[in-house]
Amino acid sequence: MKKTLILLLLCVSSIYSQEYFPSNTGVKTSKNKLYAFTNAKIYVSPSKIIKKGTLLIKDGKVVNSGKSVNIPNGTEVIDLKGKTIYPSFVDAYSTFGITAPKRESGRGKGPQYDANRKGYYWNDHIRPDVDAFNDFKFDAKKAKELLSLGFGTVNTHLEDGIMQGNGVLVALNPNTTDAYRVLNKQSGNYLSFSKSKKSRQSYPTSRMGAMALLRQAYMDADWYAKGNSKNTDLALEALNNKKDFPQIFRGGNYLDDLRADKVGDEFGIQYTIVGGGDEYQRINDIKNTNATFIIPINYRKAYDVSDAFLADKIALSDMRKWNQEPANPSILAKNNIPFALTTYKLKKAKDFTGNLQKAIKYGLTKTKALEALTTIPANILKNNKIGNLNAGSYANFLITSGDIFDAKTTLYENWVQGDKNIINPMNIKDITGDYTLSINGKTYDLAITGKGAKQTGSIKKGEEKINSKFTFKDNWVSITLREGDDFTRLSGIIENNQLKGTAIDNNGNESNWSAVFKSKKDKKKDDKKKGEKTPEIVAVSYPNIGYGNFNKPQQETILIKNATVWTSENGETLNNTDVLIKNGKIAQIGNNLSSRGAKVIDGTGKYLTTGIIDEHSHIATTAVNEAGHNSTAEVTIEDVVDPDDINIYRNIAGGVTSIQVLHGSANPIGGRSAILKLKWGENADGLIYKNTPKFIKFALGENVKQSNWGDMQTVRFPQTRMGVEQVYIDYFQRAKEYDAKKKSGQPYRKDIELETLAEIINKERFISCHSYVQSEINMLMKVAEKFGFNINTFTHILEGYKVADKMKKHGVGGSTFADWWAYKYEVNDAIPYNAAIMHNQGVTVAINSDDAEMSRRLNQEAAKLVKYGDMSEQDAWATVTINPAKLLHLDDRTGSIKVGKDADVVLWSGNPLSIYTKAEKTIIDGTVYFDIEKDKEKRKAIKSERSKLINMMLQEKLKGAKTQAPVKKTKKLFHCDTE
Amino acid sequence: MKINLIYGLLCFLFLGNIVAQQTPAPKQTQDYSIEGATAHLGNGQVIENSLIMFSNGKISFVGNANMKIARQGTVINAKEKHVYPGFIAANSSLGLAEIDAVRATRDVDEVGSMLPHIRSIIAYNTESKVIESMRPNGVFMAQITPRGGVISGTSSVVQFDAWNWEDATLKTDDGVHMNWPNSFSRGRWWLGEDPGLKPNKNYQKGITKIKEYINNAKAYLKGNKSSKILPYDALEGVLNGSQKMFVHVGGQKGITDAVNTLKELGINNIVIVHGQEAEKVADLLKKNNIPVILERAHRLPNTEDEDYDLPFRSAKILSDAGILIGLGMEGDMERMSTRNLPFYAGTYAAYGLGKEKALQLITQNNAKILGIDDKVGTLEVGKDATLFISKGDALDMRTNILTDAFIQGRKISLETHQTKLWKRYSNKYKK
Repeated sequence: MKKTLILLLLCVSSIYSQEYFPSNTGVKTSKNKLYAFTNAKIYVSPSKIIKKGTLLIKDGKVVNSGKSVNIPNGTEVIDLKGKTIYPSFVDAYSTFGITAPKRESGRGKGPQYDANRKGYYWNDHIRPDVDAFNDFKFDAKKAKELLSLGFGTVNTHLEDGIMQGNGVLVALNPNTTDAYRVLNKQSGNYLSFSKSKKSRQSYPTSRMGAMALLRQAYMDADWYAKGNSKNTDLALEALNNKKDFPQIFRGGNYLDDLRADKVGDEFGIQYTIVGGGDEYQRINDIKNTNATFIIPINYRKAYDVSDAFLADKIALSDMRKWNQEPANPSILAKNNIPFALTTYKLKKAKDFTGNLQKAIKYGLTKTKALEALTTIPANILKNNKIGNLNAGSYANFLITSGDIFDAKTTLYENWVQGDKNIINPMNIKDITGDYTLSINGKTYDLAITGKGAKQTGSIKKGEEKINSKFTFKDNWVSITLREGDDFTRLSGIIENNQLKGTAIDNNGNESNWSAVFKSKKDKKKDDKKKGEKTPEIVAVSYPNIGYGNFNKPQQETILIKNATVWTSENGETLNNTDVLIKNGKIAQIGNNLSSRGAKVIDGTGKYLTTGIIDEHSHIATTAVNEAGHNSTAEVTIEDVVDPDDINIYRNIAGGVTSIQVLHGSANPIGGRSAILKLKWGENADGLIYKNTPKFIKFALGENVKQSNWGDMQTVRFPQTRMGVEQVYIDYFQRAKEYDAKKKSGQPYRKDIELETLAEIINKERFISCHSYVQSEINMLMKVAEKFGFNINTFTHILEGYKVADKMKKHGVGGSTFADWWAYKYEVNDAIPYNAAIMHNQGVTVAINSDDAEMSRRLNQEAAKLVKYGDMSEQDAWATVTINPAKLLHLDDRTGSIKVGKDADVVLWSGNPLSIYTKAEKTIIDGTVYFDIEKDKEKRKAIKSERSKLINMMLQEKLKGAKTQAPVKKTKKLFHCDTE
Repeated sequence: MKINLIYGLLCFLFLGNIVAQQTPAPKQTQDYSIEGATAHLGNGQVIENSLIMFSNGKISFVGNANMKIARQGTVINAKEKHVYPGFIAANSSLGLAEIDAVRATRDVDEVGSMLPHIRSIIAYNTESKVIESMRPNGVFMAQITPRGGVISGTSSVVQFDAWNWEDATLKTDDGVHMNWPNSFSRGRWWLGEDPGLKPNKNYQKGITKIKEYINNAKAYLKGNKSSKILPYDALEGVLNGSQKMFVHVGGQKGITDAVNTLKELGINNIVIVHGQEAEKVADLLKKNNIPVILERAHRLPNTEDEDYDLPFRSAKILSDAGILIGLGMEGDMERMSTRNLPFYAGTYAAYGLGKEKALQLITQNNAKILGIDDKVGTLEVGKDATLFISKGDALDMRTNILTDAFIQGRKISLETHQTKLWKRYSNKYKK
């Protein structure tokens, strides 16, 4: 066998030498490359099927296919009666034959801010110029594996960087050279959110930074294309030359899929998106991208839940994913979202076939499955010569025993470029069935099961199992039987439903044996048994975690009767008062109100207030700091809002209705904010305020000068408070000049960072500045005044009390902690009386959290102001309601109970400042998002769903499926200084 | 009085002489009678309209103000106010570090993993500005505990009005602290692993190490000790039961393994610190008289699926299971947050425990667990007059406002670095 292979290879080398190459090993021989495959069921494409047709191929291409095809002389005819031909599969997202570089260790090195590459873009992670072909090396072993799965073509690339460069379209033809099998050296432009491993350049450190960088690169490419650039930039040139290429973006999970699509849309580019397999979680949003997807089918294994103690640690959301992931392809298909399937992400490529069958079991139709493996990846690659068997297409096709998606089907051959690759020998006879075996007058029962070369038999005598070894090779059967100490060896072949041959006993005596066919197991019956029930798929909730909503909460007309109402309007308390909520707004406040059809809530003994607003939060986000530059005004938290964060629910359970998700404090000029209404269950866009006020985070002090980042971080400017001032003056000066040029009508290079800073100067965007000590607070006010604008808010502002008079004069608000201090040097003089002193000087004061735990009980933090500094209860309450609303420019919409304002209200069990009080209902825009009674139901539902899924996983384990160790989901909690 | 104080303060400022801590009050020479307050005794009982008297640093009378008994010394009219025993924080690291981010101020965690001989008390900084900020909130005592390693060291219990650590000590070397191996470990994400928590492969190894270490110590202690081994000597107390072994451990599995292993090793005077899921092993704990030092109430649920208020209800759950519980401090910003101890108790009160039981966590129960209940923890005759008067409910932020405070009968100052700055800048704006 091996010999033949070598021989074959030798032939190949002469046959496949390029036609004009001289031959020195013999006379010139061209292989006959004209074949006709007859009598087969042919899938020309998923929708065009020919029963009993002929496929004619020549020189690696399809000549024709159809019912009656003219077969020219000199054609080798292969009769495929009863067999099926499919186009070979196409994998549009592969790293076949290309090894990704390893990241060099950053140990003992300081950060790097400049690019390694010269003559290219300023950022090393933008490498559209890279040709993966230069790193390509045909991997024969991997090719063999992929061929056995049915793939004929893969589009491979170098998976490295944010813009990764050109892909290579390769036919998986091991019998030739790259000169033939590389179908396209520049087959697509690949992108991702991950940095190149070839460079240690810091920027970007975050998802939002990567998004901003992509945007800036596209703008710069446009600027470059128009001939405005004074220098050469090989990266931008490459980018401009590839506009018509397939653009393939690796998202990797549904949130990143959406983020990628968002960036593409802004520049009129429709990416094909490589998904993560969790797209079903927000299928409508996925559909709205209008993108074609490439979907991995690397389903997670069931968790090993046999240890109840460990099983307790697995989140319901993870258990659900185990249950739901296999349905992802079918859900995509049902929603008419075009997608290709890929082997990408599979730890073992050979799991592909089983997982594909699982997808079908979970509802994916076979036609859609075939499309996802042929025509759709071909469309993605803009190549109509693969994934079909139309005339002129590559002769890449599969010969199977039947339906390719059926587990019982055998894949015999995978032809690529007209060359045969045998997967399972086609001439192997099916000898399965029950036989009566006779040897020397003794009779036994022989049962043969299995498929192809793997057919195996077992022997019984009556009920007794006989020790035996069965092999089936090259259509020869050999059996060794052992009875007591006696061995008998049989060998034979099948003829007319009968196995017969020679038997040799342990004395060397020969005799004849035969096995007469009795019956075949009823396949249909078997199928039914195996067909099983369709697996149960648990419902998706929004978000798809415990406490998510299965039904979208609806806006209601709500009448709260007889409550004590703290309006947050000038410290007003209204006793025994009714509040009517209609169309999402506060409709009426008064006594004895009534409204037809309103849901009436008895507020007797309870307090009604407006919802708490947290001016400084870092929940519900995937990233918090872009630390790669000292100014990152180009990034925005709106790009990375995470609507699936359980802390949103915990916040509403603490009476919080609105938050500002701020960028961290890694740099003097941070990123833009996302201001959210905590409408639990909405997607990211649904959480962000409509007509949202524009904010940006600035920061002062130890964090921006990297004081506590370790001894290596001493390179970035600024390292002192003195430098911080100069960063501001420099950037604002440049922004001012930029804005003047823009307004003058001259051509200008669009710069997102300077655009943002110009908005600040033009008073369209407001600063919330992380701040501690008085010197720098004073400094920033002076810088702002110099450029003619005001700082809107100092957040944290722990030494605000030392300059409260100056703050009042400047007109800046203070958003502070109630009692945090002593965690670093600059908070040594932080005092819990800070809020009271600033308040007494007329500064608008808010109490904020900067912490996922504290944010859910900001009412208690506000209560501390009564203790420290003797504030009135109403003044204290204002610091978490109307005051932060004012600071966020939301006070015309929310922050108090006033007719016409948004119905963002909380019903409390008692005085909201009391430690003994609980939030019972949290209503946002007239919709109840938290209800303490419903919460109890949710707890029960979580408990029962967990048991259900645990039972399902136990069954899976008992059936023998592989499992994985329990993993406890951990949510990264962000603070200002989280990297 | 207030004017005097401010005057005094201004004098200080003019002299440019700012001391870090308030000057410790002199020994009680004058008797006090507090009359008319609602007295929360710390043992679950409440006396409305109470009379509490103390002299020579000890409580001499606790009863009803209607009783006809001669008032001793200075009478403080505390009508509509509340009297509480001084609060006690268990498992605290106060005085061992001042500013978290400044390494030079950190004396919390010594190098090494088996350090029973390391003693917190000698590093306890009575001049800490963080410590003085405890007092206006009623927190007057704490167990000062080293951190890190497997056996972190030996703790001591102190009161917060002292010139030096010797004066501060209420109980020296009260117990040894051990961090039980974690039954879970985090995936090494930098190697491409899932960052979630997975069962710790080295868990059993960790337990074996502890066993071997303690067995070694036992063998040494039985021998002639010809050459001294400091760490083994330091374990004598926990092995003979005169010192407590505080095991920092959580989770059903961890607690069960810790208790069984330590008992097997002959360590019977055990306290569980943290003790998540302790309710699931309540029988084991009760059978062995093992109390639990609970964590602060203000924390997030441990898993995504946990009830949002489970941390708040945990005291009620453990209390219902019949376990003696105290309240400790460990974790993020633990030192400065220790002044919120009464509010953690308040939150536990709100979520099912009730006010007086919640108060017990930080008074009588903590005193019992730390072995200082003969001196402090309740308002009872013969105990230290370590107590305070608050304008209202001291477990609620709004009303925890102290008017008078005493440690061992000594009337202590409620001024701090922070109140000084408050007054200084308030005055600035008055001008």
